[in-house]
Amino acid sequence: MEQQEQKVTAKLEVPQTTTAPVPPATEANKIFDAKNVSIYYGSFRAVTDVSIAIYQNEITAFIGPSGCGKTTVLRTLNRMNDLIPSARVEGEVHYRGASLYDKAVSPTAVRRRIGMVFQKPNPFPKSIYENVAYGPRINGIRKKGQLDEIVERSLRQAALWDEVKDRLNKSGLGLSGGQAQRLCIARTLAVEPDVVLMDEPCSALDPIATGRIEDLMQEIKSQYTIVIVTHNMQQATRVSDRTAFYSVLRNEKPGASDTRTGVLVEYGATQQIFEDPHDSRTQAYVTGRIG
Amino acid sequence: MMAIASEQQTVDLREPSGWRRTKNQIATVGMWIAFVVMLVPLGFVLFTVIAKGASAITWQFLTNSTIPVNVLPVTYGGVGPAVVGTLIITGFASLIAIPLGVLGGVYINEYGGNHLLARVINFFADVMTGVPSIIMGLFIFTIWVLHFGYSGLAGSFALACLMLPIVIRSTYEMLRLVPNSLREASYALGATKARVTVTVTLPAAIGGIVSGALLAVARAAGETAPLVFTILVTQTTNANLFSGANTALSTLIFQNATQPYTGAQARAWGSALTLIAIAFILMIVARLVTARFARYDH
Repeated sequence: MEQQEQKVTAKLEVPQTTTAPVPPATEANKIFDAKNVSIYYGSFRAVTDVSIAIYQNEITAFIGPSGCGKTTVLRTLNRMNDLIPSARVEGEVHYRGASLYDKAVSPTAVRRRIGMVFQKPNPFPKSIYENVAYGPRINGIRKKGQLDEIVERSLRQAALWDEVKDRLNKSGLGLSGGQAQRLCIARTLAVEPDVVLMDEPCSALDPIATGRIEDLMQEIKSQYTIVIVTHNMQQATRVSDRTAFYSVLRNEKPGASDTRTGVLVEYGATQQIFEDPHDSRTQAYVTGRIG
Repeated sequence: MMAIASEQQTVDLREPSGWRRTKNQIATVGMWIAFVVMLVPLGFVLFTVIAKGASAITWQFLTNSTIPVNVLPVTYGGVGPAVVGTLIITGFASLIAIPLGVLGGVYINEYGGNHLLARVINFFADVMTGVPSIIMGLFIFTIWVLHFGYSGLAGSFALACLMLPIVIRSTYEMLRLVPNSLREASYALGATKARVTVTVTLPAAIGGIVSGALLAVARAAGETAPLVFTILVTQTTNANLFSGANTALSTLIFQNATQPYTGAQARAWGSALTLIAIAFILMIVARLVTARFARYDH
């Protein structure tokens, strides 16, 4: 009875999403296909047995309590975890049919197609222009005219152009938090990636700056596939088409070496996850009963 | 003290008196004393060198050939060969030690990880920082001068040995301060490790690296012991770094200052002021260069 009431409240909180109904998930528009992925840091198994498919031109949200491994899974999708010496991935991650963790795959080539926006805005200590031009430059674009074009296009896409067009040669570190994060998004878009991974991109921003970035995500999703990790469930309902709920599984066995690990509890259309969760843990989380 | 229940009690927000305040005063006075104590010798050294050396400085003094140490007054002869010697010997030493040292620091921090080689280099850089400079002079004397004779080059080698560990250590420490989030941002755009290092990590640390390199240069320019064994002495300008005896301001100061003649002593003071001026100009140039690199970090 009590549960029933909370479900109703949760339903009321879901704002009217402007997005079209979730397109059918087909093999053809599958961008990522992860099967039985476990991720270790040394001997610690941070994430266990995650299987998830991510679809083209959709925004997929990863939600869940702290320590459930959602960021770890995200960083597996563009091999950022390679930078942590002790990290190790088991299982299969396919990106457009190619195995990401195949020995012949270059992490550099992967990251050129799969960009990432981080939790803390991290502009380079360079000018605004150079921040955006950095990616194209390392990809071999040298012509001034072409770079100018890319910088303007990317800054416009990131809804930052009007605010910075008169100070492109000023430091990127002089921007406010929200502007700096949009600069980082522009920097990511400048290399025209296929996928943009976002790791809690709004956690350091105020609601207005957050709103601008959410609008921006809606605007660019027709060209990109976006995966976003968020602690903010309202954000997930506002922006995403599909939501994956992760949780922490505790190993109560006495003397067990892995006392806790992250698992994927439920994955489905965002509306279904928030309004009609199939798993009791998802329900408890999305209705705010447990963290 | 009894307060009446209905009356609101005033909160005492004044600085608590007593021991805490006393400690603050003691510490403040202590810091001022330390500051003055540190400043006095520094100011005194500068003052003395300027007072005793300024009168010797003329264009002729800076450019003329040196003369054998003798009774002649300071108006005879000059330090031209020593200025040239100091500049080319220290310059070439920097050319060897700065690139090698920066590369060493980059290797230890960016590439070495926990590898044995990185730890060994780090350890020996630490140890070498503490080796007395005269040992470096003797070392080069044994392995180079005995076979190829005295030359400016030998002096450069000795100074480079001295500078290398300083540059490695300072580069390493500066690179450690670069936040990892910057490296990750670059990797996420598809940059290779070399690209990340050259275009993001090194530029972010350049200010500190230049400062460290400069400290090494200034220290090397003032070193006497490593040069005494490696460059010998000469009276005329020897712009050829690779052969023949050479001379430097520091060794010239040493030779002249140990003489009983007032002329020689005046020459020593003049040389000392010249050396300080060179180091000072170098510092200013490096600051300007660094400021240009760092114009975006704020």
